[in-house]
Amino acid sequence: MTVRECYEAMGANYDEAFSRLRSDERIVRFLIKVAEDGSYALLCRSLEEKNMEEAFRAAHTLKGICLNLSLTRLQESASKLTEALRGKTEYTPETVPLFEQVRVDYACAVENIRKLS
Amino acid sequence: MKKEKKIILVVDDSELNRALLADMLSEDFEILEAENGMEALQVLQEHELEISLLLLDIVMPVMDGFEVLAMMNQKGWIKTIPVIMISAEAGGTYIDRAYDLGAIDYISRPFDERTVKHRVASNYLLTVKQREMSDMLSSQIYEKEKDNSLMIEILSHIVEFRNGESGMHVLHVHAITEMLLKQLVKMTDKYPLSTKDIRLIGNASALHDIGKISVPSEILNKPGKFTPEEFEIMKRHTVEGAKMLDNIPFRQNEALIRFSYEICRWHHERYDGKGYPDGLKGDDIPISAQVVAIADVYDALTSKRCYKAAFSPDEAVRMILNGECGTFNPILIECLRANADQLKHELSVLSLGQVTDSSIQDTVQQILKNDGPDMTARSVRLLERERMKFRYLSDISREITFEYNAVPEMIKLTEWSAESLGMPEKIVNPSEDPLWCKMFDADNFRRFIEHLRATTPENPILIEKCQLEINGEKTWNKIVAKVLWGDSERPEFEGAIGKIMDVNDDTIALENLEDKANRDSRTGLLNHNAARRIINERLAEGKGKKYALAFFDVDNFKQANDQYGHLFGDEVLETVAARIKANIRTTDIGARMGGDEFIIFMEYTKRVREQIDRIFRRLTVEHRGYKIGVSMGVACTENFDGDYDALFRMADTAQYTVKRGSKCNYCFYDDSMESVLPSADQRKDER
Repeated sequence: MTVRECYEAMGANYDEAFSRLRSDERIVRFLIKVAEDGSYALLCRSLEEKNMEEAFRAAHTLKGICLNLSLTRLQESASKLTEALRGKTEYTPETVPLFEQVRVDYACAVENIRKLS
Repeated sequence: MKKEKKIILVVDDSELNRALLADMLSEDFEILEAENGMEALQVLQEHELEISLLLLDIVMPVMDGFEVLAMMNQKGWIKTIPVIMISAEAGGTYIDRAYDLGAIDYISRPFDERTVKHRVASNYLLTVKQREMSDMLSSQIYEKEKDNSLMIEILSHIVEFRNGESGMHVLHVHAITEMLLKQLVKMTDKYPLSTKDIRLIGNASALHDIGKISVPSEILNKPGKFTPEEFEIMKRHTVEGAKMLDNIPFRQNEALIRFSYEICRWHHERYDGKGYPDGLKGDDIPISAQVVAIADVYDALTSKRCYKAAFSPDEAVRMILNGECGTFNPILIECLRANADQLKHELSVLSLGQVTDSSIQDTVQQILKNDGPDMTARSVRLLERERMKFRYLSDISREITFEYNAVPEMIKLTEWSAESLGMPEKIVNPSEDPLWCKMFDADNFRRFIEHLRATTPENPILIEKCQLEINGEKTWNKIVAKVLWGDSERPEFEGAIGKIMDVNDDTIALENLEDKANRDSRTGLLNHNAARRIINERLAEGKGKKYALAFFDVDNFKQANDQYGHLFGDEVLETVAARIKANIRTTDIGARMGGDEFIIFMEYTKRVREQIDRIFRRLTVEHRGYKIGVSMGVACTENFDGDYDALFRMADTAQYTVKRGSKCNYCFYDDSMESVLPSADQRKDER
């Protein structure tokens, strides 16, 4: 599997990532870090504990990471969740479905990244 | 040669973001990382001068990017460290707020390698750092010097106290020594002395007579000419002083101790080998001792002493040039001649107290001047080197040094300090830290900080003695701290730097020295000065308490001396002293006033007559077939409200009554004695 094929499988933009990061080696190195990053786990935990402020920060961080690597699909769902959580102190009707989307996209991304190594 | 890399601090809560930025920038820069605002402030605190640029995220736990900017404004760091914001937040208000707070640029995610590199490089170049750090350098030097001077002041004070001299002698010798040394290095390069050496020798010169503490005060303060035996004893002060320096546990500054040793031992040597104690000749005598010798002689000539009047400065120079005070190094004679006018002027304006400070300031000025006005990148390197040296020196000197930072409240210790205190190197919120408060009692610490805040920018030094529990052991420590005040118009308290010194041993050593100074060397009883001081303290504190002062002398002591010889006379005095010690309580005071006169001072509750009677009988027991008699007058403080001298005059009057009667008796003072007796002066003559 090439890096481009991996990107396509995740719904991510390889050309954009390559133009900014400028090498496959670097892209792969940081993709692996995405899979190891604790932000997603923190997001899940915070939502479970209803710590909405922490959940917002975790979603925000996840979004930032995706932006850097042009993981477009995951970034979009993380971004929506971030905005839904911003300034909130409890669950709203949209919280759960938006999180569900992040969960699916994240699982997909991680699965494909694992195939690279 | 490899170019030294500039340091960039990356502050972002996402490890991946930090790694990505580091990856992009590590080719050209060294990267420090912090994962939230609080950590960033700690790193800034520590490396303020080395950090060339800050990359700062906005949304972070603990402390966000805006708060970091606010704090950097408060600390003034924002003026010297360029900040580039990084965030996925694209909203205009965020950017505006960051600019308002002093950020100079903004990089939004996703990071583009070329953009990041370009922005960082151009912003770095835009604000090449110009830093003033003369304050920091000078404060460290000042601290070191001040501390040495303090120690020396204490020690030389002890000698003067005993010597009955004004204290000016030590200051004069110090000033003359430095002046001559500065002239010396101008005239010849034969003696390679650095500015620092000159300063140290100046400081050490204050100790030249410290050995006099071992000379009995009768000899030391004798107005007439010495007998050959007395002169031999007097001469020993050189060797004794050197010995003391060998034994004293102050070893922080080896060079200072070495110079002090040379000066103590050899400041009476002469260039032609006719001095003492070792008869060294020419440049076998260390230059430090040669210079102090000539300074000592010059000041002795121009000052009034108990055995001579003062000579004029011109007369003194003439006498030295003529060789009337022994032979000196011809170059030093030249130095003296060259400085004769300056000496005359400087010694006349010298006063106690001002000297240490002004000479330290001079030194600092001197050092700063040598560094020149170019305080840019070189200064930062220099500072780093200074810090390294400072850290290394404080490590090998086994001194505990600390930095205290007010906001955020934090204590920093050097590695060695932390280890020896059993503390971490960094203690955030010390007043709430259980480990810190175990060592430094929380109340004491709060008070200490209050005292720091109570200093002023003009006088920022705080010296406190307090008890600390270090590794489970309570010891006395001296804390010397310099408070760091901001340099704005209304200076703010920023923190302090300082060191903690274990003074348990030093305190004991000083107490020993002080005790030596307080005691009469023949009998080991207190001397008159010390007794007067202590009694006055008790009289002032113990209003309403009852005290008795007994004053007595040994009957016919002079005859005993003449008849049986001085050795026997000494034996009698020692016997009387031993009997005093054996028959008074530890809270009472027994002292020898001089000659064969003694005093005893005691507290009592009801009646004192029985106590006096008992002591009198114990004193007047035969010694080796010789009948010791004493004539004793006693004065009590009932219905009395005066000081020691008044009380003593009453005891003296009572004693005179006994003396005029049958001798070998005691009697209590009462007012009726005054009218029938001649004045105190007449009585003195009669004796």
